[in-house]
Amino acid sequence: MTEPLLRVENLQTHFASELGTIKAVDGVSFDIPRGGILGMVGESGSGKSVTGLSILRLLGSRNATIAGGRIMFRGEDLLTKSEAEMRAIRGGSISMVFQNAMTSLDPFFRVGEQLVEVLRLHQGLSKKEAREKALNALELVRIPDPVAKLKSYPHQLSGGQRQRVVVALALACEPDLLIADEPTTALDATVQKQIIELLQEINQELGTAILMVTHDMGVVAHMCRTVAVMYAGRIVEHGDVADVLRTPQHPYTRGLMASVPRLRTEAVGEGHVRQRLYQIGGSAPLPLRLTDGCAFAPRCPEVGPECWEVDPPTVASGAGQEAVCHRRAEEKAALTEVVQHVGA
Amino acid sequence: MTTTTLGHKAVSPVAAGDTVAAHIKSRSRPALMWRALRRDKAAVVSIGILVFLTLVAVFAPLLAPYDPLDGDASQRLEGIGTPGHLLGLDGQGRDILSRLIYGGRYSLTVAVLPVLAAAPIALLIGMFAGYFGGRSGNAVMRVLDVLFAFPVVLLAIAIAAVLGPGLSNVMLAIGITMVPYMARVVYTATVQESAKEYVEAARAAGATQAQILRQQLMPNVLSPLVVYGTSLCGLMIVLAAGLSFLGVGVTPPAPDWGVMTSDGRSVLLEGYGHVATIPGLVILVAALAFNLIGDGIRDALDPHKQTS
Repeated sequence: MTEPLLRVENLQTHFASELGTIKAVDGVSFDIPRGGILGMVGESGSGKSVTGLSILRLLGSRNATIAGGRIMFRGEDLLTKSEAEMRAIRGGSISMVFQNAMTSLDPFFRVGEQLVEVLRLHQGLSKKEAREKALNALELVRIPDPVAKLKSYPHQLSGGQRQRVVVALALACEPDLLIADEPTTALDATVQKQIIELLQEINQELGTAILMVTHDMGVVAHMCRTVAVMYAGRIVEHGDVADVLRTPQHPYTRGLMASVPRLRTEAVGEGHVRQRLYQIGGSAPLPLRLTDGCAFAPRCPEVGPECWEVDPPTVASGAGQEAVCHRRAEEKAALTEVVQHVGA
Repeated sequence: MTTTTLGHKAVSPVAAGDTVAAHIKSRSRPALMWRALRRDKAAVVSIGILVFLTLVAVFAPLLAPYDPLDGDASQRLEGIGTPGHLLGLDGQGRDILSRLIYGGRYSLTVAVLPVLAAAPIALLIGMFAGYFGGRSGNAVMRVLDVLFAFPVVLLAIAIAAVLGPGLSNVMLAIGITMVPYMARVVYTATVQESAKEYVEAARAAGATQAQILRQQLMPNVLSPLVVYGTSLCGLMIVLAAGLSFLGVGVTPPAPDWGVMTSDGRSVLLEGYGHVATIPGLVILVAALAFNLIGDGIRDALDPHKQTS
């Protein structure tokens, strides 16, 4: 098996707070192959954005420390790099797209100036070469009339166009990995779809691997190949998108799937009944992790006594799909027993 | 939209580069700002007024009809329109017009120099404290808070008393007292701008702290400082007058506008209002002009208002 582009191993990112150490990311591991797209889903505060920021080591100013783990990118551990080496990587071979297209661009500079600056910073191009590449980058993100857009100020563009410019800035230096932190959240639905399709096309054409941080299951279903579901700083389930979405194993993933709104109401009994949207009770905990046990236990419909006390085991089901859950472990054990009985 | 057309990357790079170069260079930023400023009529008039006042002050010896210090006691306190004395005479029989013409030399300097000197210092302090925050930023702002606790005039008197009287010392004193006020304006703007995603995006694009401060934050925090700074200019004339009234500023025979106003105070209620009112009006006009120019510059700095 070839080495993945990015391998995150047992990443620990902790925040110092008055309540104690908050383990925003608590032992997260995942791989992204070259050209792969990994979706990372979870509620606000589940640690998905912090994971993305940790990879680029952009947490400096927020009392955060990366307390452990390894982030292997192209075979080298990013956590051992100097700040200067990291700056060369940021925007160069790994770049990031942020959530809010409205404020991600500096209001004071024209689009062209911002693109030229990034290109010159990382590739040491002459002004003229940088301008050519800036135009290429805008063409890449399919902005109408790119030549005119180069001299536009951010406020002269629509939200969707701004996010395209942000993507162009991120892709200008042809990175191997793009970390997209909820890139569509601030946009309206039709524009969301366009940006997602744009990212997909870029993935196919340039082979840029994407870490898609989102809370939108629809986005994951649409564009990702693999998905990791995060809850309270840990990955509770991961696997191929088709498997995880069709046969979710972890109760949390099941809850998430059930709470995706659907346009069609289903026939119940005689007439068409408007369905209530499923809701996972309670709210996501602060990942303080004072005791062992499953962090989802307080909200879990399948909770059992051991869930409160013992960290749940990882259970594999099918090709590469894994969930971290006591219930699934029990079921699998029971199933194995049955199979053995039948076999005997 | 499942088509995968990346073909348009093939646009002839040389030709494209030329058009792009032409477009980006078509109007430089200063040119755009100048255009925006010129559209602001109030700012244009204000610039005209200040240029006029400055020229008058520079060429005072050629323009002033009389010696600003030499009075004619026989004509003291005569009003506006006295033959040979267009704006009348003051309590010591000195020609008010001549004193106004010379007074610009002191008052305009006092209005502009302390602010110009304090602005870069305030910019550095405010941006440092606002961007890095934390303990060092807090420490800086608390020191400024201590300075805030003193009334401006008291602080200026204290500094001027240590340095001794004289125009340059007064300007130094005023400049130092203005630093905390201007620094706070910069600090607030920096804190607000730092929280915006473009700063984080710049970090994610590999920019150094220095680059972020200089290229991302400075242009965006400059406009509130410019507006505040120009609004202080008018106040400086009055503050300098107050200091000279208290004996630590411009020394009295000198025809400073503020000094003239305070000279007129003693005869104000005796029916000789013109002595204080005329220089007061000049201060008002100059201060207003500074403010309007400040507003104009703020608008000119704002990309939303520059249309190419």
